[in-house]
Amino acid sequence: MRLTIANLKKGEKGIITDSSSEDIPLKLLEMGCLPGNEVHLLQLAPFSDPMYLNVNDSFLAIRKETASLIVIQKIDE
Amino acid sequence: MSKQLNVALIGNPNTGKTSVFNALTGLNQKVGNYPGITVDKKQGICKLSRGVKAHILDLPGTYSLNASSLDENVVIELLLNKNDKDYPDVAIIVSDVENLKRNLLLFTQIKDLKIPTILVINMSDLMTRKGITLDIELLEAKFHTKIALISTRKNSGITELKQLIESYKTISTEPCLDTTTIDTDYFQSLEKAFPNQDIYKLWLVITQDANFGKITRQELDVSKFKTKSNQELKRLQQKEAIKRYQFINAILKEGQIIDRSKATGLRSKLDRLLIHKVWGYMIFFIILLTIFQAIYDWATIPMDLIDTTFAGLAEWIKNTFPGGGKVTDLVAEGIVSGIGGIVIFIPQIAFLFFFISILEESGYMSRVVFLMDRVMRRFGLSGKSLVPLISGTACAIPAVMATRNIENWKERLITILVVPFTTCSARLPVYLIIIALVIPEGYIIGLSYQALTLMALYLLGFGMAIFSAYILDRILKTKHKTFFVVEMPNYKLPLLKNVIITVIEKTKTFVFEAGKIILAISIILWVLASYGPGDKFNNAESYVQTYETQSAHERSDQIAAYKLEHSYIGIIGKTIEPMIKPLGYDWKVGIGLVASFAAREVFVGTLATIYSVGSASEGENIDTIKTKMQNETYADGTKVFTLASGISLLLFYAFAMQCMSTLAIVKRETKSWKWPILQLIGMTAIAYICALIAFQFLK
Repeated sequence: MRLTIANLKKGEKGIITDSSSEDIPLKLLEMGCLPGNEVHLLQLAPFSDPMYLNVNDSFLAIRKETASLIVIQKIDE
Repeated sequence: MSKQLNVALIGNPNTGKTSVFNALTGLNQKVGNYPGITVDKKQGICKLSRGVKAHILDLPGTYSLNASSLDENVVIELLLNKNDKDYPDVAIIVSDVENLKRNLLLFTQIKDLKIPTILVINMSDLMTRKGITLDIELLEAKFHTKIALISTRKNSGITELKQLIESYKTISTEPCLDTTTIDTDYFQSLEKAFPNQDIYKLWLVITQDANFGKITRQELDVSKFKTKSNQELKRLQQKEAIKRYQFINAILKEGQIIDRSKATGLRSKLDRLLIHKVWGYMIFFIILLTIFQAIYDWATIPMDLIDTTFAGLAEWIKNTFPGGGKVTDLVAEGIVSGIGGIVIFIPQIAFLFFFISILEESGYMSRVVFLMDRVMRRFGLSGKSLVPLISGTACAIPAVMATRNIENWKERLITILVVPFTTCSARLPVYLIIIALVIPEGYIIGLSYQALTLMALYLLGFGMAIFSAYILDRILKTKHKTFFVVEMPNYKLPLLKNVIITVIEKTKTFVFEAGKIILAISIILWVLASYGPGDKFNNAESYVQTYETQSAHERSDQIAAYKLEHSYIGIIGKTIEPMIKPLGYDWKVGIGLVASFAAREVFVGTLATIYSVGSASEGENIDTIKTKMQNETYADGTKVFTLASGISLLLFYAFAMQCMSTLAIVKRETKSWKWPILQLIGMTAIAYICALIAFQFLK
């Protein structure tokens, strides 16, 4: 199954494997949503949207629809 | 002649760029406009040694040179245009010691434009606490730059930064990344097509969102060279970002040590509370209540003071220069009162921006966006729109100014357009008198009808604002795609200096930019109400009959009423009577409507004059007007103010755009007359239709 940031639960981490979808804003890539970087889902707003994450030392909030475009591999701890 | 050098201040949002700007320029700064767009241009002067002055331009915060908003586009347009008078001799990149890696991405982009670049690392006082160690010498050598470690909070490092600015000529202009390595084939063919151009600049021009830039696109005609699809270009941009991070990471590996065990848990502790599913909303609600209390209640103290001061000043002028005739009248009643009508807004604006800048500076505002995004986006609004919408309940003027913090232009515009629907405090006196007049006293389950009506009006205003936002969101088309990426900055204690400078700057902007329009319109309104054509106005005394029982007061009130009736504004009121007749109003109400344009509460005073109760004292005034209005009848004996016409008037005041000051500030904030005029027509049409339906239905 294709796993994306949108599938993460609060507190879970993953490694980005693909962020090449055309609908991902360039700004997000430049903030560090690039393959190989670790994502940590910190908090969720009600209805899991937006999502608050830490990636590449940046703290960001993105909407669920954007999060579902960034493919990851889950890290089990 | 003293030499001046141009300095551009560039950096990510939330790095304390504005604090650096304030530290360099103090109060030697001014806010202007970039021609044709709604972005503020902040510039200031910084004195260096030997009489050299640096002209500092504080560019809008941006994460990269790839513009995704109008604000960011300003940065790239300037940096790509060597002929611009503001083109920098030296660029200062402000970074934050905790986000160095990400801040350096922008740094490498600016370096590749071959502009001498100084790297400022701000908040350096936090380094030990956060367990960060930097090898400055190594970083300077590898990035080919000079670094200034500063702390605007501790006011350290500013002198060193000034020295670096002064010796900018010694700074290397060597780029960081060889652009051609992104895609060798593509860039070689690009070089062949434009042999005399800088390859990185070309690349930037090609990849910029076509909807923003005029830049050098036409000049270079790069459209001829579109050998790649948008998707392919996007891939290359991603590759560029990866390459830049590889370069940065390799250097930081040597030059930066972070001891993660020292990281304090302040962020996560505060976040757990401030964006909690229950507590988060409650805290936000309490903050909104406090802001509301400040601008609705506390601000009235200085406002009353301003009111009496200007009234006293006008009186003093009239008494001191009694021989001045019309000139004295113009100065005292037209100009002084007009200026008073501008100054009166200052307390509310100052209070609101005091709070907003604290919310922004502390990092809390991003949490509000996080909390509110899901609800607000449905109406085409931003999470940040809530602060203006609530402030609008006190006054639309500071509220419209407060939309400046909304980054997305469409969301900002919609907020500006709908804010005047919320029930501002100037509507209250009008509501109170009409409710007292037409809504029966009585109770339903312990609640008075009159109180319920007032509450319904507040809800109606807010509901209309939200509803029209929803409609506007579907009508308004933006050229560029919007997206939502919000940085959640670290929590910081706001710097008082920054807060004060923001308050001063916002107040100045209002007084000098919107103020001009307000003063002009209020003088026009004053002239219309104080002059009239023909004998009936100029010789009112001889037309008004005298009764024996009449006191001098009553007589002068009656003359004033007669004069107002035959003044220009009176004539306008009578002219529009056929138009407002279907709403249930007579020409006297018409005069009140026209006069309301100065400020809605003027309606009550105007009616007082027209019903010749002008000189009665404050307290009895309201009662007297009420009685007069109650007894007001048409020629056929039917009452003017009935439930039907009263409700119709309430609805009209709830929806109509009747405030010239709001129009003036909307013009200032949208930089065009298009939006205020649209607002005037649209809102007034809605008001007219609602009032018409209500009156015809209830009649």
